[in-house]
Amino acid sequence: MARSQELEVQQKKELVSKEEKTTPARYYVPSTDIYETDDALTLVMEVPGVEKKDVDVRLENDTLRVEARLDFGKYEELDPLYTEYNVGHFTRAFSLSSKIDQQQISAQLEDGVLTLTLKKLREAMPRQIAIN
Amino acid sequence: MVMLFSDPIDAMLQLQQALDNFRASDWLGSSTSASGAYPPFNLFRKGDEIVLIAEVPGIRKEDLQIQVKDRTIRIAGRKAVAYGEGTSLHRRERLAGAFDRAISLPVEIDADRVKAECRDGILAISLPRGERDKPRTIMVG
Repeated sequence: MARSQELEVQQKKELVSKEEKTTPARYYVPSTDIYETDDALTLVMEVPGVEKKDVDVRLENDTLRVEARLDFGKYEELDPLYTEYNVGHFTRAFSLSSKIDQQQISAQLEDGVLTLTLKKLREAMPRQIAIN
Repeated sequence: MVMLFSDPIDAMLQLQQALDNFRASDWLGSSTSASGAYPPFNLFRKGDEIVLIAEVPGIRKEDLQIQVKDRTIRIAGRKAVAYGEGTSLHRRERLAGAFDRAISLPVEIDADRVKAECRDGILAISLPRGERDKPRTIMVG
């Protein structure tokens, strides 16, 4: 699907989940790009305001769950005057196919963008067949 | 407006509700905004300063241009989202492009003492109040 994507304001999507969380804060769904190369699947998520120590990536039962929490201590001395967006923790879950090597998942966080690289299992990588 | 964070469990929700309440604020007035509404701003008061916070994930200091003149602040730049060759895209939700937004504040600011910081995808600009705007105490003779 090739559509020219103009930069526009994306309202934060609030998470509506079947289970409730134990703390009554709102969670938002981060914008994610997913792309695939021959040897890995990569997820790129936008989580502005989150520091490395507050990111939790877990893989259980073929489900990849990402939770990125915001440290809102910085907002304590600030009194709002005019707001256009809300802030909150981010969370998103994906179910993965069994072709992912679960031991080799790496993550990087830079400028509020979290990049998760999931390497594929060797059997799942495309092989070139030589023609005699 | 004082926000009470005495209850840590509720504190985040209180902040979120406070931010929601100021969505309809007309503090900024109906000023013209150059080219679009990205990135969205939140404006706060911190003591005698105005603090502008914007979410700019994936944008580095070099891609940003901030200018201040009188009561107007202009934030411009480019957001790039690029993936290498030989990749097959399964999902695309992130947007990219150039942005240029200017807003006019209803208070005087001191352009020489404006400080901007961009970290972890958050741009925070502190705008101290201009000297001329501060009230002068008059002594009664």
